[in-house]
Amino acid sequence: MRPLKVDVLVIGSGPAGLAAATQARRDGAGRVVILERNREAGGILPQCIHNGFGLRVFGRDLTGPEYAQRWKQQAADAGVTVLTRTMVLSIAPELQVSAMGNGRLLDIDAKAIVLATGCRERPRGALSIPGTRPAGIYTAGTAQRLVNIEGFMPGKRFVILGSGDIGMIMARRLTLEGSQVLAMAEILPYVSGLKRNLVQCVRDYDIPLYTSTTITEIRGRDRVESVVLCAVDDRWRPIAGTERAVACDTLLLSVGLIPEIELARLASVSLDPLTGGALVDEHLSTNVPGIYAAGNMVHVYDLVDSVSESAQRAGRFAAQAALRQPPPREELIPVVAGDNVHHVVPQRLRPRAAASEQAILELRVSRPMEEPVAVRLFADNSLVHSERLRYSRPSEMISLALQPEHAQRLAQAAQLLIEVIPMALHKES
Amino acid sequence: MPEEREIICVTCPMGCTLRALVEGGEVSQISGQACKRGVAFAAEEILAPHRMFTTSVTIRNGTLPLLPVRSRSALPKHLLLPAAATLRQVAVDAPISLNDVIYADILGSGVDIVASRDIECAEGK
Repeated sequence: MRPLKVDVLVIGSGPAGLAAATQARRDGAGRVVILERNREAGGILPQCIHNGFGLRVFGRDLTGPEYAQRWKQQAADAGVTVLTRTMVLSIAPELQVSAMGNGRLLDIDAKAIVLATGCRERPRGALSIPGTRPAGIYTAGTAQRLVNIEGFMPGKRFVILGSGDIGMIMARRLTLEGSQVLAMAEILPYVSGLKRNLVQCVRDYDIPLYTSTTITEIRGRDRVESVVLCAVDDRWRPIAGTERAVACDTLLLSVGLIPEIELARLASVSLDPLTGGALVDEHLSTNVPGIYAAGNMVHVYDLVDSVSESAQRAGRFAAQAALRQPPPREELIPVVAGDNVHHVVPQRLRPRAAASEQAILELRVSRPMEEPVAVRLFADNSLVHSERLRYSRPSEMISLALQPEHAQRLAQAAQLLIEVIPMALHKES
Repeated sequence: MPEEREIICVTCPMGCTLRALVEGGEVSQISGQACKRGVAFAAEEILAPHRMFTTSVTIRNGTLPLLPVRSRSALPKHLLLPAAATLRQVAVDAPISLNDVIYADILGSGVDIVASRDIECAEGK
């Protein structure tokens, strides 16, 4: 069977894949195809039935299903083909992909590929909580799928470990559906999700949320019967004598998301140990010529709007690579995370591109600072640019647009470094 | 004496911490907001808190067993749990289109509950 020839092949039809494919078509790529293993497009959005999506992209406060439906319509209007129930089996650095779709093997030759495989939830195995292995332990997103898509309530009395956004949103959802959420435990001294979710999902329903607290034991033989909450010190060590058991039948885990990089690995795409995702330049191009990366498989975003916007850039440059020659190889400048920066994307910058067009740096801080801060960009050891922010929180990604007037200095640097420090310290230096 | 209240704005993901002065059941001064939506939010949050409301209802003969729904505009906060309980008893038939009214004027609030997506009929039904 002859392989299917496409200009831009997008893997995954969540918000990143839909936006990348739509943009690639709008920028003139001829045949743009999305491969989606699920039975419908949209990724995680159909199960995110709460609102808060689309404020930036559409200027409207939409639910997840509404946001997905708008993008599916835009993709269809732009002439994107979506193949659902199609699972990618292999992907070669030469841009050859084989997939299984509706019981048939499909070979595809692409001129450019956008990986938009999203992220996964961190599972129990990654946490090493001692205790038994009873039924009744779910990741928050799995419970969300059961409750919102399948129509199955997985328990009556819940405890939630972690205070990520999905955990807080599920706390509200379970309460609205008539279940009880007895406690949320967060090992950090602060809530890890967005403040608005703390207000409208947790405080609105008087759900007890304990910070600097973890779960040290899960009890129950066949089914969860209780969990043991325990306070921790500033190095996350349980404080003896603070243990207390909470009787419950279900434990939800909301303890972080990790980029889904299995296919990226198959294609020999380089990864960043800080993000766990693909390592990219400002075109969202990976180290493999013609392979681009978009959305949560690059780094985990807090807002879907940012996913769509970043994925549109990936789609644009993938279309350019498919239509013309990819931009010439050049020595890339590493971008390094400095003081109080957990990671920064892109991790590499093209000097030539930096000189001709605006690039956007996306970063996440490692600890919250509830005071004015300065985001500072250094080229080698000299300060190139600084921006003031009212505060910085790990839950909220920071975007910094590089200014054209700095292009010259950035292009000549051996290394760029970005840091976030209190405004007071910035003024002193 | 005016009472100072601290409020976190939930209008957008920024989550500004606002300070409001309340005296005699009226809001006299608001500060800390990054945009003017914060002013409106703080005043409403003190006098009559409202929230957007989303849940799901059963759908018969659809490609999925549940239909996500939303309130067309924000509901008074005290109606959220009763509204959810009311909608747990509701079932509709496929096909349904985005924005179809699923439950008009819920609990006398004047706010309609509408469909949050299209759901087609399951094949063969």
